[in-house]
Amino acid sequence: MEWEAVIGLEIHAQLATNSKIFSGASTAFGAEPNTQACAVDLALPGTLPVFNEEALRMAVKFGLAIDAEIGRTSIFDRKNYFYPDLPKGYQTSQLFHPIVGVGHVDITLEDGSTKRVGVTRAHLEEDAGKSLHDEFPGMTGIDLNRAGTPLLEIVSEPDMRSAEEAVAYVRKIHSIVTSLGICDGNMAEGSFRCDCNVSVRLKGEEEFGTRTETKNINSFRFIEKAILGEIDRQIDLIEDGGRVVQETRLYDANKNETRSMRSKEEANDYRYFPCPDLLPIVIEEDYIEEIRNNLPELPDARKERFIEQYKLSDYDAMVLSADRFLAEYFETVVTAAKDAKLAANWVMGELSKHLNANDTSIGDSPVSADQLGGLLVRIKDNTISGNIAKKVFEVMWSEGGSADEIIEAKGLKQVTDSGAIEAIVDEVISKSGPQVEQYIAAEPDKRGKMIGFFMGQVMKATGGKANPGAVTGILKKKLDALCD
Amino acid sequence: MFDKTLAELAQGLENGDFSSVELTQAYLDRIKAEDSKYNSYISVTESQALAQAKAADDTRAAGNAGAFTGLPFAHKDIFCTEGVRTSCASKMLDNFVAPYNATVVDKFNAAGGVMLGKTNMDEFAMGSSNESSFYGPARNPWDTERVPGGSSGGSAAAVAARLAPAATGTDTGGSIRQPAALCGITGIKPTYGRVSRYGMIAFASSLDQGGPMTRTAEDAAMMLNVMAGFDRRDSTSMQRDVPDYTADLSKPLAGLKIGLPKEYFPSDLNPAIAEQVQNAIKEYEALGATVKEISLPNTGLAVPAYYIIAPAEASSNLSRFDGVRYGYRCDSPVDLEDLYKRSRGEGFGAEVKRRIMVGTYALSEGFYDAYYKKAQQIRRLIKQDFTEALKEVDVIMGPTTPEPAFKLGEKTSDPIAMYMEDIFTIALNLAGLPGISIPCGQTNGLPVGLQVIGDYFAEQKLLNVAHQFQLATDWHKQSPEGI
Amino acid sequence: MTLKLTPKYQEEAIMALDRSDVERIAHLARLQIDQQDIPEYTENLSNILDLVDQMQAVDTSETEPMANALDAVQRLRKDDVTEENQRDALQSVAPAVENGLFQVPKVIE
Repeated sequence: MEWEAVIGLEIHAQLATNSKIFSGASTAFGAEPNTQACAVDLALPGTLPVFNEEALRMAVKFGLAIDAEIGRTSIFDRKNYFYPDLPKGYQTSQLFHPIVGVGHVDITLEDGSTKRVGVTRAHLEEDAGKSLHDEFPGMTGIDLNRAGTPLLEIVSEPDMRSAEEAVAYVRKIHSIVTSLGICDGNMAEGSFRCDCNVSVRLKGEEEFGTRTETKNINSFRFIEKAILGEIDRQIDLIEDGGRVVQETRLYDANKNETRSMRSKEEANDYRYFPCPDLLPIVIEEDYIEEIRNNLPELPDARKERFIEQYKLSDYDAMVLSADRFLAEYFETVVTAAKDAKLAANWVMGELSKHLNANDTSIGDSPVSADQLGGLLVRIKDNTISGNIAKKVFEVMWSEGGSADEIIEAKGLKQVTDSGAIEAIVDEVISKSGPQVEQYIAAEPDKRGKMIGFFMGQVMKATGGKANPGAVTGILKKKLDALCD
Repeated sequence: MFDKTLAELAQGLENGDFSSVELTQAYLDRIKAEDSKYNSYISVTESQALAQAKAADDTRAAGNAGAFTGLPFAHKDIFCTEGVRTSCASKMLDNFVAPYNATVVDKFNAAGGVMLGKTNMDEFAMGSSNESSFYGPARNPWDTERVPGGSSGGSAAAVAARLAPAATGTDTGGSIRQPAALCGITGIKPTYGRVSRYGMIAFASSLDQGGPMTRTAEDAAMMLNVMAGFDRRDSTSMQRDVPDYTADLSKPLAGLKIGLPKEYFPSDLNPAIAEQVQNAIKEYEALGATVKEISLPNTGLAVPAYYIIAPAEASSNLSRFDGVRYGYRCDSPVDLEDLYKRSRGEGFGAEVKRRIMVGTYALSEGFYDAYYKKAQQIRRLIKQDFTEALKEVDVIMGPTTPEPAFKLGEKTSDPIAMYMEDIFTIALNLAGLPGISIPCGQTNGLPVGLQVIGDYFAEQKLLNVAHQFQLATDWHKQSPEGI
Repeated sequence: MTLKLTPKYQEEAIMALDRSDVERIAHLARLQIDQQDIPEYTENLSNILDLVDQMQAVDTSETEPMANALDAVQRLRKDDVTEENQRDALQSVAPAVENGLFQVPKVIE
């Protein structure tokens, strides 16, 4: 039997507004509990919502970026349920008339193929607060700073058939919202969250299987793991004669498994109805056109430009264009180094390696684009070799400083003075009698390969600082003179 | 002094006949002496009132007095008042000292008004008799065995008993007009969106509207001058200029076209009510108005539609009272569900619970279309009835209530009978239209109210029509025996 | 007094409520109801539903639902932070606060 997974995703992107969707409280992350929860956010009696224009603008930007219909009249509804982090006892959301209608994105898979994934809708809603379960024995503490932060909930069609496709889709949406500047994309802080609806069926079946919804996944890696795990769990269950139960599951990153949540709100009777405190949002054509004309460059367009402008490979262009901040970083480096290929290699190589190893986002990189650009300039002008540059980069990463400062302080400047190199070469040759003998005895066309030994000795003697080109030239000249 | 209207008191302050402190103290003394008979106040804010009065006198001495400076009045206990308990007449909020002011409260403060206290009401404004108050019912000053109406019953009783020259009220289905009618005072429900709802504890958001309750239409105009206006904190507040509501009061009524809906005079209407209202219409004809019979065919559907829409909105609006952030919390909850259920079960009274359940049911899965959506469609039909009628006439008139004040306890066991109290007032809230109730007669010593309905934002017209009647009659000057 | 304003609508109720309906609704609304009061609530609610069922006789197939009293559109607020921290004042009315957090009995997810 061959199984097939069917995956649909709900992504919650916190919109990067200054203030909340319905109040003037700040949305900044990390404040002391409840210091950014005003009377409206706490749902004090008599308080009322007023809609934030920037949240609307951001939602429309997203809709245009995925080629979706924009709801000319969208309406806020109340989703009623009781939970302590939901102060009003309802979440203001959009059920019947969302701001963004049907759209789509194209994803590129590892084998280079592309696939179109449908977006059913995207709607505006307010985030809930946070429940802290571990601070007090027997009690849960409620922090409502996050309550009322604007969210765009992006609902995909169940178009994905593998964890790889799901991750590519999430990355693509992430790339779009960060490129648009409407979400900071920070998954660790919960600015960008993903719920995965997963079901399995036998390949060729038309009907969908029973799906589960897995929540609480806060990295791309975990999305993949959670989906893979859930697919396996469902297949095992069915093959053992069991049935998949429609339920909400939580992903536990520590155990790398999903577990059932205690039946969240038994029948899920949310009693949606139009929020009478808010009026219909009516959007004019002019407004949409103005936003369309000012859209920033989107990942697909940027990728094409990178190929065109920087002559990057398709793969390099895709990697560097996907994240807006990475793309901006790369272009800053190119501007300084004036060498796109070199910049691409370093950004995707050393820099990415360090970012990943330290679980750091590009925005928090301790090495700025200007610093890296300065380093590449010194490679280009032969002040240092590529290998030395890696050492300089290490210092930059851990201690800071410009390339020139580090090169100066650590004495890493490349030796290009031919007099100095000649002296070292002479010494190496004089100490390497047997190798010199072999060199002389060898056929002339084999000698080139034998230079490597002498090269290594010279580099060892100079601590790698000798200019490799100059050393090669001098070695060749001196050794060949001995052969005559 | 207690027989003077707001306008007369303003003149007295202006003339220096008395200071605001003297006036305020006199009212506070009278409340202390008399209110045990009426229970019209939940809280009397003596020290704050005297401080406001003193400040008002200083403002006047400095030559900066405005039209409302130093005038005492009372707020319905549904408006949030910073530093003062705002209970909504519920055990749920018995301990709730609002940390902020409603916009209406801010406006009165800015105008130099002096708040005497917070008036009694039906719990969360749900009721037509004031009997659902956690603090016991307010009583009708015309007969303390009878109800003052509701939900703004305390405000109506306080004004009728001369325990405040004026008071604020709120009207979701008749809660200003019905008690005004039953207590023989003047009460206007403005157009939806005219008075800010910010800080006015919500019952049914799409129907709620604050307004004044006063002795005269002129006083109502003075109050509305303070209350009305755009508020950026209320999305349903209309950005529209506020006229001087006193400006048109003295316009003659010659040529005024009055519509009388036949549905407002059904065969089984209390004959005394019908007679008093007909007499009032004759008075208007004498003032130069013409009368035309009209039809509002969907009138009978207003109560059913209302009793879906209002409870549905209320069921959601009252979810915030959960014992977590403010208000009543049950003792030693064993778990979260227990916290919710007991805090709400113990904190809300029977009528509030009944309406929350009706609303919850109407919105629940499988019933939305049959109840809520249907009610919203009926709502549009009702609105269309009015807009059609108001193309032909300037104002619509009829009785405010189907009968005069009834006895305490008479309807408490029959919610439907209580709901029928609002049969003539409810449709306006559904349509969003303004309406005023003015005293137009008496039956067996109890006041009868005339309701005048106008077009959207036609408050000036309504006040003019009411004021001209009050110049020609003295029903509004009658006071209960012994007051 | 019952006004006979709607004699032409005398339709069957959609359904009468029973005890379990009332219990379900009370749970959905998180209201504790005394067992002894359930019959009265059941009767009251059934009567109200009976009253509102008058609506069912009217053909509204061509009528747009009306959610707001006025035909107005939503006004937009500038994206400015206008609120300052007022935690102490706002939590002064809270039943249980610890370290700035509102306290509720342990929630198990």
